[in-house]
Formats: sequence, structure tokens, C-alpha cells
Amino acid sequence: MSILPKDHAEASEVFNKDEGYVNWHDETLWFVRQKRDKSSKNIPEWEALREAGSQIKHYVLSHLDRLLVEFERNAKENGVIVHWAKDASEHNRIVLDILKKHQVQQMVKSKSMLTEECHMNEFLAQNGIDVIDTDLGERIVQLRQEPPSHIVLPAIHLKKKDIGDLFHEHLGTDAGATDPQYLTEAARQHLRDKFLTRRAALTGVNFAVAETGGFVVATNEGNADMGAHLADVHIACMGFEKIIPKQEHLGVFLRLLARSATGQPITTYSSHFKKPREGQEMHVVILDNGRSTQLGREDFRNSLKCIRCGACMNTCPVYRRSGGHSYHNAVAGPIGSILAPNLDMTKNADLPFASTLCGSCSNVCPVKIDIHDQLYKWRQVLAKNGHVPKGKQMGIKAMSVVLSQPRFYQWSGRLGRAVMRSVPFVVNNAMNPWYKQREMPEPPKESFRDWYVRNREN
Amino acid sequence: MSARDHILEQIKINKPAELVLPETLSFESDFADLTETFTELLKTVYTEVVPVKNETELLQLLTARYEGVVNRATTIPSLLPWADFSLSVSDPHELETLELAVLKAEFGVAENGAIWISDAHLPHRVLPFITQNLALVIPAQNLVGNMHEAYKRLTDTTGWGCFISGPSKTADIEQSLVIGAHGSRSLVVYLLEE
Ligand code: SF4
Repeated sequence: MSILPKDHAEASEVFNKDEGYVNWHDETLWFVRQKRDKSSKNIPEWEALREAGSQIKHYVLSHLDRLLVEFERNAKENGVIVHWAKDASEHNRIVLDILKKHQVQQMVKSKSMLTEECHMNEFLAQNGIDVIDTDLGERIVQLRQEPPSHIVLPAIHLKKKDIGDLFHEHLGTDAGATDPQYLTEAARQHLRDKFLTRRAALTGVNFAVAETGGFVVATNEGNADMGAHLADVHIACMGFEKIIPKQEHLGVFLRLLARSATGQPITTYSSHFKKPREGQEMHVVILDNGRSTQLGREDFRNSLKCIRCGACMNTCPVYRRSGGHSYHNAVAGPIGSILAPNLDMTKNADLPFASTLCGSCSNVCPVKIDIHDQLYKWRQVLAKNGHVPKGKQMGIKAMSVVLSQPRFYQWSGRLGRAVMRSVPFVVNNAMNPWYKQREMPEPPKESFRDWYVRNREN
Repeated sequence: MSARDHILEQIKINKPAELVLPETLSFESDFADLTETFTELLKTVYTEVVPVKNETELLQLLTARYEGVVNRATTIPSLLPWADFSLSVSDPHELETLELAVLKAEFGVAENGAIWISDAHLPHRVLPFITQNLALVIPAQNLVGNMHEAYKRLTDTTGWGCFISGPSKTADIEQSLVIGAHGSRSLVVYLLEE
């Protein structure tokens, strides 16, 4: 096996070797997407709610500095110790120093994509600290020594047989046992012991509230709370875009988040931390790591509105059929493909091309990020800077002809069909990496819109 | 320059032009019967809602329902005769063997079945999570429609508080729902009519 990271197209080719498996992965995520649809329809004002979420986040982006200072002041008043980290290594160093100060060698951690982004576990391990991931999905991938493949459903790429084998090896469950109930119970027992014996707990942050200096952590399993309330030291790590102005805004975001993520009306636990409990030390680490650069990129700054619900992944035809690992970035899928090139254009040049630009991501995004537009714009930026991955060069040229037309939503369908009928090799051959596993549909001769216009004229 | 000042400086340079907050941030719900919506919703997350008249009736009910259960604790003074496990421990780890906790909570949200519980009524934050089984007690009149109304009530969140909706669960193994991940394995809500 090559040790060089594969680009997205190569990695998806590997992922696509087993067709039955890919179909299963595809359907599982589509099922989650459908749950989201059903759940959002239970709220008559859903679209207005998305708009409200979007506008609050726009406000946040334009007031970030002030909101962060307000948060810091209030958090300090609440007895929380606030740290700032410019990049991943500063972040990891801060966490290590806190643990060293308390002479802690073992820590429990609940879900935090930010620590994945910083590769914190590896760093701490090198420094003699043992980190146990306590979210079931994250524990599973940790035992397999691989990263999560999805920001909300970390082990979505695995079948229960894989997990049964893994638990047999590491937790001593019966060989061949694959019952999810049984396996979950084994993990519960195994992790309960960790909760009870670890003196430090690290959690992520879903929302930090400037007005109160508090922060909210949402889980279904209760692992963030089990960890934080039993530990002497609680460290919460957040990207600076997690800030929201007021507590009442949580009403908007908590109604959007779980519905968009899994179709639940709310997660089982929405824990509001404000002050450390008596005798406990509470830390918040605020991380930049390229976010302020992204804020300055006019075309891409809206990606910082993201509340990490994962809906854009569940709906994405490319994500569903290529799996999270093929994105070689902590955050996969459409949103990850916008965030990653900001961190490293050379390494992540392939990701904005891992999309059909169908726009489904933008349609489901609870904070109305123009995801597919940004992917398209990244392609332009990358091309201009000479970063276009090889296999995509030819297809993209034809695609940019289609997409650079004014009002391309209206026109692209028509031009797309014309291109496919007259020069099918551009779209329908091995030069288009997406052709490999995707049967190109026979293009209809006219779209519904064309048909409608023609018939109305008659 | 400190990391803090550096980050704030970069943000100042790079942030977009200032926008104002939108006016409509709150939406009213119009559920005909809050108790019914709340009860129905919690059913979908495997949680039973039981109406009881008052604490006296609750005491009788608990005695009958949980006969034979050991390590029972409560934060409600009138139910103390029923409990056999004291919550006055100094180290929360001592709650490890707790089987059932009947806890006073503040209010519930009909739209999503979330129930607010906080430091204001809890001797230990870990209590609703570490107990194997959880029961929350709220006055029936303390139901609100949706989360916007909920936050109108929560002008101060004390040091810590949590919305709880159902028992702990996970679907991390092939999307199969399993109840009882790390928190409580079951939740029952007692709605006090008086
Ligand atoms: S970009 Fe939107 S849909 Fe995707 S994870 Fe972020 S908030 Fe969810």
C-alpha cells in the first residue's frame, strides 16, 4: 500500500471496489437524510428558522472580535480559564500544559472534531498521555486506529461485523457476536470504568454564548457529561466561529441542529456549562488555525457559519459513494472540501472537485451556506494558482464553459444536455473521474422547463 | 504579541462589513394541548410520561412501582422516606452504584420533549447521567411550547444546566438504535397536577 495520501478520486476508486458495500453506505446515509426531511417538515416555520440561523451567523462573522472578547470577559467572571491558540500546535501545547500541571496521564474525551483537526491525540500520546475517546463511534475508530469518517456519525463506514470483530479483540466480546445492543453494552461497561477513573475530561463545544460566557455541548450518549462532571479538570476546545451573541439564539440553533443532523427533535442531552463545579477547574481553549484567514476570503468566509450538523454529507451523492476517508481531511464531505483548501491548497486541491455541484448540500444546510457555489469558486481559485488535479483538468474546462454563463442555474441544464449529446466523450469517459462508478443517465432531449415553455407557447 | 491579540487583530482586519441582527428570531408555537404534545413526543424517544396528582400520590406510586429496587435516591424532600441511598456524599464517584434517581426538574418543552434540570435542584451534576435509571418530576403547568419560550424562562442558567430528552442512546453501530449508551438506561417523567 502506498504511504502517500491518495487524492479523492483515487481513494474513491478503492472505496468503490465492493459494489454491495458502496450501495449499503449510500443507502444508510440517504436514510439519515430522509429522517432530516421528515423532521424538518414538522416545523412549519422551518425555512424562516434557517434564515434566522443564517442571519445570526452573518452577524457573528461581522462582530467576531467583539463577541469573543465579551465571551472571554464573562467566562472569566464565571471562574473559567480562557486560552487562545493561533494554530494546532499551540492548541495541543496548551492542553498538554494543563494536564501536566495536574499530573494527569489519562484523559477521557467526548466528540470534538477540532481535536481531530489538530491531531491532538497523536501529539498527547507522544507526550505520554493516554486519551480515551468516549463517544461510541469515536471509540470504535480509535480502536481501529483510523480517523472518524463523518463528523456526526464517526463509524458510519463500518459494518457491525467489523465492530464485532474489533470488540472481540479489544473488549473480549464473544467471537462472531454482532448484535448492536450487546456490543453497545460491552462498550458501556468498558467506558464506565474509564469515566470513573480519569481525572481530566476534554469536550468539544457546539455553541459558546458571548452574553453569558457559557457554552453548550450536545450529545445523545451522555458521554460529555459523564466525563466532565466526574473529572477534576474539564477542558473545552472550540474554533472561534462557535460563538453566538445571546443565549436566546440557542433557541434557533438547538431547533435546527439535531433535526438537520439525524432527524431528532433535539439531542438527548444539551448541556449548558457556565461555571466549574466546586473544586473543579474549567478551561476553554479558543482556536484560530486558519479561520481568520478564511474570514478574509470573501468568497469562502461563509463556511465559518457551519454548525457541523453533517446534513451536507448525508445528502451528497459523492460523499455517499466515496466515504469520508477519501477526503483525507478531519471534516469530510462538501463543507470539508471548502474548509480544507484554506488550510493547504496543494494538499487539498482535489477536494473542491469531489462534487457534482448538484446543490443538494446548499438546500439542506440549516444555516444556508452557499456550499456548492463555494466549491465552484474554489475550483477557479485553485485553477488560477495552478493547483488543478490532473484527471480533472479536461472535464473542468468543459464544465467551466457551462457554469460561467450568467444565470447558470437556468441555463446549465440546457447547455449540459447539449454538451452531453454533441461531445459525449467530455462527460462520459474516463477523463471524468466520476464516470467510473456512475452510469451516466441518457440525457433527456428536453428538460421539463423547456417542455413547459414550448407547450405554453403552443 | 500574544496569541489572543494576534487572533483578534487578524479578525479585525479580515471580518466583513458589520451587519445587524435580524428582528424575527423567535417563533411562537400553537400546540392545542401542551401536555399531549409533550407526552406524544417523549413516547417517540422511549420515555413514559405519567400524570400524578401530587407528591403524596407519587410516593405511593414509587413504592409500588419500584418494589425490590435497591439504591434509590431522590432530591424531593417528601419522597425521602422512599429512598435508601443518601445523596449527601462529598465525592460524586460515590454515586456509581445508584440504580434509580427521582429528581426534581424545572420545566419541559412540548415540541421536542426536552426537560430542563440544573444546579438549582441538583446536589451533583453527574447525578442524572451516572444513575442507571432516571425519573424526572415536573409540575404539569411548567410546560412551554418550544425552545424560544424555553429560553425566555431561562434568564439565568446558574452554573450548569441541561435539557434532557429521553434515555441515553446511540446509533453508532450500523444506525441501529440502542438505548442505554453512557447515561441513564431509562427515563420516566412524572407530571404533577397540583
Ligand atoms: S455546511 Fe451546513 S449542512 Fe454542512 S455540516 Fe455545516 S451546517 Fe451542516
